Amino acid sequence: MIRVLLPTHLKKLAQVDGEVRLQPEGEVTQRSVLDALEAHYPMLRGTIRDQTTFQRRAFIRFFACEQDLSNESPDAPVPPEVRSGAEPFMVVGAMAGG
Amino acid sequence: MSGVRVLVGTHKGAFVISSDGKREKWDVSGPHFSGWEVYHVKASPADPNRLYASQNTGWFGQLIQRSDDGGKTWAPVGNKFAYEGEPGTHLWYDGTPRPFEFKRIWHLEPSLDDPDMVYAGAEDAALFRTTDGGQNWHELAALRQHKTAPNWAPGAGGMCLHTILLDRSHPGRIFAAISAAGTFRSDDAGTTWRPINSGLKSEGIPNPDAEAGHCVHRIAMHPSRPNVLFMQKHWDVMRSDDSGESWEEISGNLPSDFGFPIDVHPHEPDTIYVVPIKSDSEHVPPDGKLRVYRSRTGGNEWEALTRGLPQRDCYVNVLRDAMAVDTMESCGIYFGTTGGQVYASRDAGDNWEAIVRDLPKVLSVEVQTLK
Repeated sequence: MIRVLLPTHLKKLAQVDGEVRLQPEGEVTQRSVLDALEAHYPMLRGTIRDQTTFQRRAFIRFFACEQDLSNESPDAPVPPEVRSGAEPFMVVGAMAGG
Repeated sequence: MSGVRVLVGTHKGAFVISSDGKREKWDVSGPHFSGWEVYHVKASPADPNRLYASQNTGWFGQLIQRSDDGGKTWAPVGNKFAYEGEPGTHLWYDGTPRPFEFKRIWHLEPSLDDPDMVYAGAEDAALFRTTDGGQNWHELAALRQHKTAPNWAPGAGGMCLHTILLDRSHPGRIFAAISAAGTFRSDDAGTTWRPINSGLKSEGIPNPDAEAGHCVHRIAMHPSRPNVLFMQKHWDVMRSDDSGESWEEISGNLPSDFGFPIDVHPHEPDTIYVVPIKSDSEHVPPDGKLRVYRSRTGGNEWEALTRGLPQRDCYVNVLRDAMAVDTMESCGIYFGTTGGQVYASRDAGDNWEAIVRDLPKVLSVEVQTLK
């Protein structure tokens, strides 16, 4: 089971408290995690990545295991600690603006 | 029992402000979608409980929210706004072509008779429509694909389609206004469009009489006389008596003819309202005095309405979608400011009071008259 941590605004939008737990299909990658997230919470479509190009939105970052994975390939496997559920995959609103 | 509901979009959420028909005591509900920019909230004329809201941030993009109970509860609906086919290009600030790219929805215009049909005006300028209550949105692409579009350029606030007017007496007729492209009209429900800017003169563009390229800030129409349009342009207040085929200036004795909103009295089609702003470079009221100007003659002759409005040290702006009217017998006029006040008059503008004073920057104001 993958643990996903959402920023406050998206937790409110998805009406969830705390972490989201997901079981992505196939290899666990950014793309499969986000596919599973959007399948369970369709109201999040378009808020993390573009609905047509699937590119990450400019002010969204992906962190895990104290690493910034934002610019990794969406098809690269996520770290083993995320796959095992030991560490969360964090969707973060970038520090921007005032 | 009759009443009014004021729908306010702000820089940090939406507010629903309600009163009974006396319009003396106001109940403020919100913020809804706290922390998000809400460019516009508007109700269906066919179902007063059906509201739509445009919710956006730079972080998480565009959402559309729908309420089926008059704003008590909301649920997100579809938010996929994809340009039809090749996006094409418009002019960027440096004069180079730049692909159209969706940024946000500025304005939502529900159909006059179908609560599930809504038009949405986008930045970068495009017109979308839903026919299923907001679940799916499709572009009426002929407007963005108009032959003048490659020369459209963004205004300072972005290249937005900010005004959509529907005409009950001419089914299929849609007016759309874009900064900075001008005003366009379709007579076939959005299948074809043509610019209707003849008579506009804009010194800020190379050809002041150009077919397109004008920075139109807002247009307004009275439903009983849909061939008459009023326009607040970047500079100049304008009027058309032939559905936009030609325009004449009606700025008359205004202290400044720069401004953003313009609206029409609900029972007097020749009574119109504007809020003069000092200039495009300052965006504050002239002399620090917040004054609504009313013309009872369809333009040219204007009177200042000041009672209850700050007449010193006031430096707020009133944005293009932030003025609305109710249809009570003694009509109400409402506007919101960038300082977070929403002012209301229940006597057609003679007297004003702030019905709420410390909201975030107000982006839009709409009013429902409830029977």
